[in-house]
Amino acid sequence: MTQNTSHSIQTLTILPGTTRTGEPENFTEITIRPGDTISIVGPTGSGKTAFINDVEVFAQGDTITRRKILVNGSEPAEDLVRDPAKKPIAMITQNTKCLADLTVEEFLAMHLRSRKMENTGIVDDAIDLANQFTGEKISGCMRMSSLSGGQTRSLFVADAVIISDTPIILLDEVENAGIFKDRVIEILREKHKAIIFVTHDPFVALLTEKRIVMKGGAVEKILTPGDEERDALTRIAKMDADMMILRERIRSGELLSARRIEA
Amino acid sequence: MNVRLIAIAGPPSAGKTAVVKQIIRNLGPAKIAYLKIDVVQAWEDEELAAEFGIPTKKVYSGDMCPDHMGIMVSRDALLWADNLGAEYLLYESAGLCLRCTPYTVNSLGICVLSAVSGTHAPLKMAPMISLADVAVVTKIDLVSQAEKEVFREGIRQVAPEIDIVETNAIQGTGMRYLMQVIEQMKPAESEKDTLRGVPPLGVCTVCIGKKETGWQEHFGVIRPLAAPDNLYRGE
Repeated sequence: MTQNTSHSIQTLTILPGTTRTGEPENFTEITIRPGDTISIVGPTGSGKTAFINDVEVFAQGDTITRRKILVNGSEPAEDLVRDPAKKPIAMITQNTKCLADLTVEEFLAMHLRSRKMENTGIVDDAIDLANQFTGEKISGCMRMSSLSGGQTRSLFVADAVIISDTPIILLDEVENAGIFKDRVIEILREKHKAIIFVTHDPFVALLTEKRIVMKGGAVEKILTPGDEERDALTRIAKMDADMMILRERIRSGELLSARRIEA
Repeated sequence: MNVRLIAIAGPPSAGKTAVVKQIIRNLGPAKIAYLKIDVVQAWEDEELAAEFGIPTKKVYSGDMCPDHMGIMVSRDALLWADNLGAEYLLYESAGLCLRCTPYTVNSLGICVLSAVSGTHAPLKMAPMISLADVAVVTKIDLVSQAEKEVFREGIRQVAPEIDIVETNAIQGTGMRYLMQVIEQMKPAESEKDTLRGVPPLGVCTVCIGKKETGWQEHFGVIRPLAAPDNLYRGE
């Protein structure tokens, strides 16, 4: 197979592997293009994280699922996989603690240095963007290890957009960290990024155009709801906003009687 | 000889044995012999013998530095592995003070580090990394892209040219790049070999058991309080 050396990504293709019982997976190929939004859903243990891990490491039949990932239709060149400055994918893991013993500013500056980029206000841009994703203000002098889950996630998403600037971003259960998920999706769409969410959140699932349903370690179904779910999305957006308000009220110490839920 | 020495170093719990298991799975157990050096407790040899049926050996160093012990026995171990018909001897160090390395000129030196060990970890174990051929970064599935790149930068500060392989060693992701390096290895010409670096072993009489305090009582690297730097006093 010819190796791909171009760093512009037109397509990323996922070729099927096998289920946990060794049966071939139920799809011919999944193609992802810049600007696509995809959610991966399914019960715990159904293979969602394994799916995005395959994408992240550019599996070549060498992972447990036996899937293969192609870039622009062919096997990706080694530097695309191994050199972080050329890698077109950034993954934000479920892990919400960053153990780096650095301040936010030092961390981002070190990331810039690793990519041989000059800091022409980029660190500040990344922090500003991160602050659009979280209500808890992040400043450059905070220590990475003391950031909350929401702050850490927000910062990593902002870093992926501003510093790594990869065309494809993978997000593992972003909703758990308490960040403004609709804002994240909006910005990533504006920047023409392909986003793949692993999610249990109906709002996130309906905000994406395509939904991949996992079962028993394999892709079970691929849904493209289109307009069919448009009314449901409007209702879920309202419910999500209501839940957000309730969450804030509980956080601030209110007691919620049945009458006051509506208030 | 038909045997190749792979020396695997790294701090405790970095995932050295998980990396060893992936190497065995990829090369096939028939070609492998395994040597573990540790201080007082190790069971990796029994675990690997049970899981893969490979010949294993374990040496406890007790009061002595385990890398010192490794240096003493590695020549015999190469002959042992060669006599068994093994193509690779995997030598796993204890990973203690991180100051010295068991890598030899003819071996493939692999340093195993965990991606969750903190930004300054590579600086703290600089000699172990800078003399290695490959740095294998484990637990990579636990960190996000920015953290990966920052950790990588830490390794690059210590060893700008080192080959870096990022892996989830339990699953084996990314190991294909380590296997490419291993498959290019040539057999050792003889059991005689030389260390790549000078380890800080036995550099003073404390190391050989003299218990008196004070530089006046010792040879080797000594230091009076008022001296600007360390001194070497030969016998």
